[in-house]
Amino acid sequence: MATSETIGEELVRRGISRRALLKYSAYLATLMALPPTASKAIAAALAAARRQSVIWLSFQECTGCTESLTRSFSPTIEDMIFNLISLDYHETLQAVSGAAAEQARLSAMRENRGKYVVVIDGSVSTKDGGVYSTNAGKTNLQVLEETAEHALALISVGTCAAFGGIPHAHPNPTGAVPVSEIITDKPVINISGCPPIPEAMAGTIAYLVTFGKLPDLDHLNRPKAIFGDTIHDRCYRRPFYDKGLFAKGFDDEGARKGWCLYEVGCKGPVTYNACATLKWNGGVSFPIQSGHGCLGCSEPDFWDKGGFYRPLSASTGNPAAVVGGAAAAGIGVGIASALLVRRHKLDANKESKS
Amino acid sequence: MSLLDFARGPALEAAMAVFVFGVCWRMLSLLLLPWARDKSVARAGAPPALLGATRSFVRHLWPPRPLAPGSLFVTVNGYVFHVGLAVIVFGLAQHILFLRGLVGVHWPNLPSGVVSAAAVVTLASLLAALGRRLTNPVLKLISTFNDYFSWFVTVLPVATGLVAVSHLWAPYETLLAVHLLSVALLLIWFPFGKLMHAFLVFLTRTETGIFYSRRGAEI
Repeated sequence: MATSETIGEELVRRGISRRALLKYSAYLATLMALPPTASKAIAAALAAARRQSVIWLSFQECTGCTESLTRSFSPTIEDMIFNLISLDYHETLQAVSGAAAEQARLSAMRENRGKYVVVIDGSVSTKDGGVYSTNAGKTNLQVLEETAEHALALISVGTCAAFGGIPHAHPNPTGAVPVSEIITDKPVINISGCPPIPEAMAGTIAYLVTFGKLPDLDHLNRPKAIFGDTIHDRCYRRPFYDKGLFAKGFDDEGARKGWCLYEVGCKGPVTYNACATLKWNGGVSFPIQSGHGCLGCSEPDFWDKGGFYRPLSASTGNPAAVVGGAAAAGIGVGIASALLVRRHKLDANKESKS
Repeated sequence: MSLLDFARGPALEAAMAVFVFGVCWRMLSLLLLPWARDKSVARAGAPPALLGATRSFVRHLWPPRPLAPGSLFVTVNGYVFHVGLAVIVFGLAQHILFLRGLVGVHWPNLPSGVVSAAAVVTLASLLAALGRRLTNPVLKLISTFNDYFSWFVTVLPVATGLVAVSHLWAPYETLLAVHLLSVALLLIWFPFGKLMHAFLVFLTRTETGIFYSRRGAEI
């Protein structure tokens, strides 16, 4: 596709009808919680827009985020994303390697200075200068700072990039931090999740391309349209929670009847994401529907919140040790104070006798 | 660290430590005090000490007939919020899970609606108790900071828990954190304020029961 070609021209050339574009625009408008009238605006804007230059950087990650995106089952999502954007650099997906790959990144940065979007999956190693994760002789930290300098905006895809994720988990040996801790002078959109819902990313990029601005974000810089409600609020098992009907294990009667998974550690009540509504694998299911509690993977530090199977209302500390120590101290002080009183009494008795 | 992480972790741990330390300290320092030997001769037909103590404890569960009319409200209202608190603490699934994490035992939970109803009744009952304390001249005169603060730290977890379980006004993580912090406050205050009566009541009534039953008095 020629760089001057619009998305509309590209779609026409590939035989994608206007009806298909309108349908997709309506889907995106719904996804991003926009009014129905916005779908026409999205279609018009997409048709007239030039493809957004995107540089995709992969840092300390497992490639699950890319897998999630490229294996999306939603019709045309994957295709549409790659029609909406000009993916100028992506280590996993690009054919070239070595110096040529790096050249592609530098060329994209030069040609789209101030206009390109940087998508990052993975956290950034900072300990010892970031030497624990390098590529092409440069640390992730260097590549991020260099690439972000003239970017329009950054999108942190996945919990690792958004909040540090698993590399950031205690004891965090590489000094992993989220992108937003490194880049503070550019807008950073977080699309968290391990992995994130592919439609969330598609919707966010489409919003950026269409309206040329960031969507409404929550206090963790996540699009409100996707992360506005908790899993619990939209969970089909919610009525069982309200009634106090809980599965006690993964194979008991409650589990078979589809009761609430709160007791087996579900973090749905404190996790903001659209899993319960958009679901996965083309809307087939999501973890809770498959019988496992929500891990809370789209929230910061989900790995260090006391255990996936520990209920939310339980203490995350080590109460046995604390209570045992406190009891021993209390017993010691109690005995000491009683002995002190006894001694005072004995002394008093002696004095009164003498 | 989020507010909820703090509440579920360090705050509850510290509060439990203070609670256990305080209760052990106060109970032992009382139990190990030098006891004066009762040199009186037991009245003929006086029951054994344990029986006397038990009888006294049972008798104290309801005021004596001559005093009943005047103390009916206090007695009934006291039962309402004590039973209500027990239903809330030991009946709600989330609380059972919390206790299971501490002591390893668990039991079937009550339906959430039943516990919520108990919480509403308990709140109303506690408000009524405060109302009486503020309007009764004698009670008002003898009330101290200890009474009001003990009331406050009891009401707070009930109110915040009811709001949290109903998912009202704020995100659940905030409501749950505030509720857990209110429980932490209760635990910290418990051994040093009048809430300690939950333990001391057994000690005082037993001692009183033994003392008077030995002398043939039924109180």
